[in-house]
This record gives sequence, C-alpha cells and structure tokens, in this order.
Amino acid sequence: MEHIVIIGNGISGVTAARHIRKLSDKKITIVSAESDYFFSRTALMYVYMGHMKFKHTQPYENWFWKKNRIELKKGFVKKIDSENKLLLFAEDDSLSYDKLIIATGSKPNKFGWPGQDLKGVQGLYSKQDLENLEVYAPNNQVCKHAVIVGGGLIGIELAEMLHSRHIPVTFLVRETSFWDGVLPKEESDMINKEILRNGIDLRLSSNLKEIISDENGQAKSIIIEETGEEIPCNLVGLTAGVSPNIDITKTSTIETGRGIKVNRFLETNIPDIYAIGDCAEQHEAIGNRNPIEAVWYTGRMMGETVAQTICGNKMAYNPGHWFNSAKFFDIEYQTYGWVWAQPKENEARFYWEHKSGKKCIHLNYDKNTKELIGINNFGIRMRHEFFDKMLNEKQTVTYVLEHLADANFDPEFYKLHEKEIVAKFNLENNTNIQLRKKSWKRIFQTS
Amino acid sequence: MKNIQNLGLGLFLIGLTIFTSLIFLGKYEVTPQVLDEIISNKSIKSEHLINDLKTNVVGKEFSNPFLFSSEITSALEIANETHKQNSEWGKVIWDKPHSFSYEIAKKSGTGIIKEHKGLFWWLTFGLGILGALLYIIPNVITLGPPGIKNNGIWLHAATNRGWIGWFAFVFLVGFYILLYFRPDYIVNWTYIVDPISESLSGNLASQWFLYGFLYCTVMTVMAVRMYIKYRHNKYQILRTTSVLFFQIVFAFLIPEILVRFEKPWYDFKNAFPLDYDFFFSWNLDQLIASGGLGIFILVWGIVLTLVIVPVMVYFFGKRWYCSWVCGCGGLAETLGDPYRQLSDKSLFAWKFERWIVHGVLVFALVMTGFTLYTYFQGAEAVLGIKTQTIQDIYGFLIGAIFAGVIGTGFYPIFGNRVWCRFGCPLAAYLGIVQRFKSRFRITTNGGQCISCGNCSTYCEMGIDVRAYAQKGENIIRSSCVGCGICAAVCPRGVLKLENGPEDGRINPTEILLGNDVDLLDFLKQK
Repeated sequence: MEHIVIIGNGISGVTAARHIRKLSDKKITIVSAESDYFFSRTALMYVYMGHMKFKHTQPYENWFWKKNRIELKKGFVKKIDSENKLLLFAEDDSLSYDKLIIATGSKPNKFGWPGQDLKGVQGLYSKQDLENLEVYAPNNQVCKHAVIVGGGLIGIELAEMLHSRHIPVTFLVRETSFWDGVLPKEESDMINKEILRNGIDLRLSSNLKEIISDENGQAKSIIIEETGEEIPCNLVGLTAGVSPNIDITKTSTIETGRGIKVNRFLETNIPDIYAIGDCAEQHEAIGNRNPIEAVWYTGRMMGETVAQTICGNKMAYNPGHWFNSAKFFDIEYQTYGWVWAQPKENEARFYWEHKSGKKCIHLNYDKNTKELIGINNFGIRMRHEFFDKMLNEKQTVTYVLEHLADANFDPEFYKLHEKEIVAKFNLENNTNIQLRKKSWKRIFQTS
Repeated sequence: MKNIQNLGLGLFLIGLTIFTSLIFLGKYEVTPQVLDEIISNKSIKSEHLINDLKTNVVGKEFSNPFLFSSEITSALEIANETHKQNSEWGKVIWDKPHSFSYEIAKKSGTGIIKEHKGLFWWLTFGLGILGALLYIIPNVITLGPPGIKNNGIWLHAATNRGWIGWFAFVFLVGFYILLYFRPDYIVNWTYIVDPISESLSGNLASQWFLYGFLYCTVMTVMAVRMYIKYRHNKYQILRTTSVLFFQIVFAFLIPEILVRFEKPWYDFKNAFPLDYDFFFSWNLDQLIASGGLGIFILVWGIVLTLVIVPVMVYFFGKRWYCSWVCGCGGLAETLGDPYRQLSDKSLFAWKFERWIVHGVLVFALVMTGFTLYTYFQGAEAVLGIKTQTIQDIYGFLIGAIFAGVIGTGFYPIFGNRVWCRFGCPLAAYLGIVQRFKSRFRITTNGGQCISCGNCSTYCEMGIDVRAYAQKGENIIRSSCVGCGICAAVCPRGVLKLENGPEDGRINPTEILLGNDVDLLDFLKQK
C-alpha cells in the first residue's frame, strides 16, 4: 500500500490528508513537531483572549484520526533523504514514504534587529508563541507595556489580544497608514481610527531600531529608528509578516526560492515530493496572485488539489476568484476579486462609507467595460457566492449594484444600506441605477 | 466603573444572603381556628391525623420550618398508613405531604417577615435587582465599543466551571429541590410576594407565584445584560425583547389575571407536550367547566400543537418558539447566556441527546395516550399500568427533576440549554419538523470559514457548527434553536440564519467555493 507522508498538520496538510482518505485507501501519516492534533492557527488569538480554550481550536475530536486511518506522528524532521525516500527525525528515528507532501507553513519574519532573540520577544504564529505570551504577558502586572512591530493582520490581532487583558500597547507601523500596501487609503484610514478608538498607541511611519535587554536577557525597552525615542516594555511582538518555513529542505536537493518551488501541479523538482500551503512558491504567479500565498484558504485549496493528483486524477492548482477576510477589532472585512491599494490604469473606483465610520464598501471596476473587478466590504457581510457568480459572469458594476440586495449577508433585521449606496453611485456617476428587491430565487439559483 | 460594579456585586450578594436566610427566620404556630379551616377546606376525615395534630402541633410554637414540616408530614404519613392498613380509603389524604404541610405553614407563620412583607421585598428582591443592575449597566463602558466581547469568559471562575460556577450550581439545584419538593420550607419567601400576588389574582402567593415572579425578575435583569452585550446586534435585541414579553405577559400576567376572574390559570403560549398535563383529566374537566373561555383554551391548545407550531416551524424554523417565545428558552437566553459555552460538543453528546430527547417525547405521548384512554374509557389502568402512576413518574422525573433541577440547576456546569437539548419533548417535536420540512437553515458563506471554532464554542445546543461551516455546508440540525449567536461571534461573516426555498437547503459539498471551477464541476459530475 502506498504510503503518503505529510509534513505539517496545519490546514494544508490536514486538508490533503482528509481528501486523500476520501479518494483512496492509501496509508497516510501526518508529521508535526508543533502539536499532537490539528488546530486552527487563526484561532490562537481567541485562546489568549479567553473566548475559547485551546481544545476548542481543534476542528476534529481526537478519535477522528484513528477512525479515518490517518496516523499522527510527533517529531521534528531533520532531513529529507529523497534518494531513499526516507525522513530522518531529530529524535533519531526515521520514516519511509512513497510520496511526500511538504506543508510546513510559515515562520515570522525577523529583519536582523538587535535584540530580536531576547526573552520576551516573539511572533504570534505557533502554539509555542501562545504559551510564551502567557509567560511574558499574562496580565498588566507582569507586562506593564507591550510594543508590536509590524502593521499587518497579525500585528493588529496581537494588539487586540493584549488590549483584551488591559495591557497598554504601542504599535509601530512602518507604513504611513495601516496595511496600506493592501488596503486603499479610505479603508486604511478607517482602520487607523479603529485602532486609536481602542486606545492603542499607534505610531505610523515608525521603524524599530533595536530592542534593549535587561540584566536577565529579557527585553526591557525598544528604540524607534526615526525619533530615537526609547519605549520601556516587557513584551515585543514581531509581526512584520511571515516567510515560508523551509529549513527542512536545506540539506536536500529540493529547489527553493523564498519558498519551495513548485509547478502548477504542486510538484517540486524531486519526483514524488509535493509542497502546498504557505511554504510553496509557484514558479510563475497565477493571475494576479502572489507566487507565495500565505492564506488559510489557499492552503486549503492546495490541499484539495494535491489530493486529486496523488490519487491519480492529476490536477493543476487553479484557484478561482480571490477572496479573503479578516477582523480588525470590531470591524469585519471581506474581499472578493481584486481591489488594489492603488487603482490600475484601466480601473475606476466607487467608495461608500457609512456615517458611523465603521462600515464601507469599495467597488473596483473596469473604466471602459464597467466589468466588476472586485469589492472590499467593511462592517457589512457579503455573500461569497454572489460575488463569485458576478465575477464568473463578468457582470458590470451596474448589474452588481442593481442586485446588491441579494449580496447582503448580515444577520436578519440589520439596517440595510443598499439604497444609500446606489444613490451615491448614481449621484457621482450621473446614472439611474434602480435597486432591485432581494430575490431568494436568484440567491439560491444554481448556475 | 469598577467600584460601581463592586458595589453592585456587594449589594446583590447581601440581597441574596438575606433571601437565603429568610428560610431560617420567623416562627410557626397553628391555632385551633387554622386547623378547623384546614379540616373543613380539605374535608379531612382522618381522626388519627386530627388528633395527632391537635396534641403535637396546635398551640405549640415551632422556631423553624424543618421541625414544623417534619411534625406535620410524619403525622400525615402515620395516619395514612393506618387507614391504608384498615382499608379506610375514604380517610386517606392523597395530598403530597409537603404540599399539605405548606398549606398549614402558609397560614401559621408568624414573625417579622409576615409583618413587614414590603420591607423584606426591598431587602431581598430590591437589593438583588439594584445590585445586579449596578453590576451590569457599567458594562456599556467597561466592555468597550459595541461588538463581540467574550474576553476572559474561559478565564473566569464563574463561566469556566470554576469554583463560582460550582457554587452557583449547588445554589440553583438547592433552590429547585426546595421549590419542587419542600415548599413548606420556603413559606417565608412566598410572604414577601403576597402583596404582588394579591394585586394580580387576589390570592396569597403560592410557591409557584413566587417562582413566576422571580423568573420574570431574573429574566428582566439579565435581559438588560443581553441588551448591553449585544447592542450592536438587532437580531439579539429583538429576540430578547420577544422572550421577555411572552414570559411577562403570557406566562405571568395573563394567567394570574384569569384567576382573578375565576378562570383557569392558563399560559396561552405553552404548547403541549411541553405543557405535559394539558390533557390530564383534572385540566380537561376544569376547562370544560369554565364555559366559553375554557372551551376556547381547549381548542386553542390543540390547534397550537397540531397546526400553529408546525406551520410556523416550516416558515421560520423552531427558533420562532424556542428562542423567541418559550419561557424555558427565555430563561436560557437571559440568565443562561453567560453559560452557553459550557455545552458539550462531542459526537457522543449528540448521540446521547438524540436518544434521550426523543425518548422523552415518546414517554410524553404514551403517557398522554394512557391519559386520554382513561379519560374516555374510564379505565384506571391500561395494560395493567395505572395511568396515575405513569403521570406521577413523568411529573417527578421529567416535570420536576429534568426540567427544573437539572434543566436550570445545571446551567453553570453543562450550559444553558440542558433541558431544551436533552429533555424537552416539544423541542424534539419541533426538531423533527425543522429537520425534514422547513425553510430555515444557517447558510454557510461559501469558502470563508477559517475553522476558528467560535461558532461551535458558543452554540448552546452543543452543535458542532464549525464541522459544517468548514466544509461549506449549510447547518440543518433538528436541535438548532436559532439563537443566532454563532453568526454573531463569527469573526469572518460566515454564518447567516435565514428562511429560504427548501430547494438546495441541504448542500453537501466536497470542495469549497473559491477553488478551481473545473474541479467543482468535475466533482459535481461524479
């Protein structure tokens, strides 16, 4: 029986394992050094905040793996011996495979800052990071002040986490506005305000110069590059993005760039070795996507796809329309299609913001054909299926606005803003778009 | 703010302590007049009992309800035993001993509480309400801006099965045991709500009036908490208002006012089989004897169960009842909300739930079958089993132990819907309709789920919501009461409760939306 070994028990590896099991009877082993069982990395923040216990982050009960004949091995892979199809572990044992899927995920970026390896300096990525946080920032007595370096999704999550335990936070963001490499100015501004509203000391255009140690080798303060200001702190969160975690390939002949190089079939240069999820790097970017996609959803899709290939239905990774979501303190964010920080040559934009300053939508469409390119929605939930369909059918912004009532996914009885949105568009573009009534028939129509 | 909350907590605890200690205050003395009244009201023919009470109880002062109760209940039991041995069935007193003792105690209590009912109302209910509100209302500020703020729930001893949770558990279980099985111990509690009862029904308060009033009070105060916690969520606000309205108006005010007009006590929203004694002969007789209104109630009760309930479930899901109307649901969604995360989500619990909740439904239906057979045929027993016995077993096991002691007492340990999930026969009935013939579903938003688990954690019914959401499947579950909290706590906007066409309501998916279109098609064709 063919033995499939998967290194990494995150969403990519586990999805691959589940789908291989659905499609075949192959022997499956998942190897992880991080945790005994699969957990949702994105939920670690809620454990620290007390919304959940760690066991709640595990999507499957512990009996699930045995029942589905997925073996779990805890161990740290030291070397991949692709000649002999063998994994060598730090614990000095080994495991042979017929096919190997590398799904080792990411690791937090460190940019060589002085003091970056001190105690009390950490990222927020792994289960171990969560445990360290309980050591260095269990409450505002032990941690009187925290500094977060890096203004992305993990940075703002860490800020929210520490804030939930009443720990004062200084948030250093290199850019002139929060996440403005991804978000257009309006949305970025909205989130800046949300950060400030929650009492976070947000420092835009600020870089970390160094982290100062106390006599015990623990961080005691940081210095800001631009101003030279020293900020005392007991915890430094390094959240300046992530990079593929590919240390495992160092002693092998597997081709790497920033990540493990794969073709569209998620195959590496070595036969029978595949790479999926955050650690994989496409030789050529797919459409407008990054060659490295470090997102939950793409990891899952690669897992779904590689399972087909391994089970004899060779299939290229071919993701559909881009989508993503996040939550910034109390403001939820979803996006479908593409809305760049800066409009491209052929693009026109429409932006509507609610007077509360906590809701907005941003439509991106082609200037000439009016075809929808993407939407950002903040504080309003939108139906994934609706926008997927609009993008598949290449509908115009006019059509989308006419049917906007179909798109809303907020809970029942929530105030609807479609009329206001359409009216603003009409005013700005001198059009006469009429909002159509919500239709269950259209919503649940299977195209 | 913290100081105000601490003050509130202090006042609440003082109120609670006084309330608890009332049991031990006051004295009980039966006068010859009271005894005569009881004898004639209840047409007691047992000379044994009368003599026993005259020698051992009348004219004596009892300093606590326990001695008093034990004197009366033992007298009753001894007398009954003698009559049964002598086959003097006419002299046997069929009242439950502690209910009998309660009636005498209610008339015989003396002392400071009975003399100062208003004062003690303020010292117990008053302080409790004031304290709780002072504790709750500052949340407007301390919770931060509107939004989901479940911070620290699993870190706090009150909400993570810590020592406060266990303490609350013991207190609640104790309360329910007294309420159902030792009403004669809590006569003092009923005194403080006498004035309110008199103004509504004209009668002195029974322990059930006390319970009804306490129920409404607790729900109202905890509804304030809900309004603050979910002030950003209109579904929650409307739902809370609805359960509060139905509890206060339908379950409390209307029945009491009916009694004032010498009509039967009836809660118009309490549907059979939750209202398990609706078809009991005493109820049918009473309704038939009450003229037009009684007949209306009889017809209404039948139509409610057979037509209104299922039709509404078809259109809106069982939520219309369980989390918008029902009193049990109302308490669960207000007092119980802080405990919703404690429900068991394991597959084992789900299997157990299906057996037991449907078992109770079958039990209720069989009991009702026996009851109606007895009613129309006049036979006391069916298949050799006495109808009365089966009714008593149901009333004790399901009506009192399951619905009360376990159903609410276990909130702090097993979550707030223990009764609704494992025991309620009406929920089982509604669930069958919801599962097989309804427009209601929780829609999963394409591929947006990140498996974080907030939805499952906060599902009071113990549904593993995430198991469906992460597969892109809609949630169609008979147990779902549609409280809407899964959708509220979801950080990525993945879940929406909605009523739509039945077509495509159940949508098994292999691959989630957002992946290769060809792959999706490929799997569909397979």
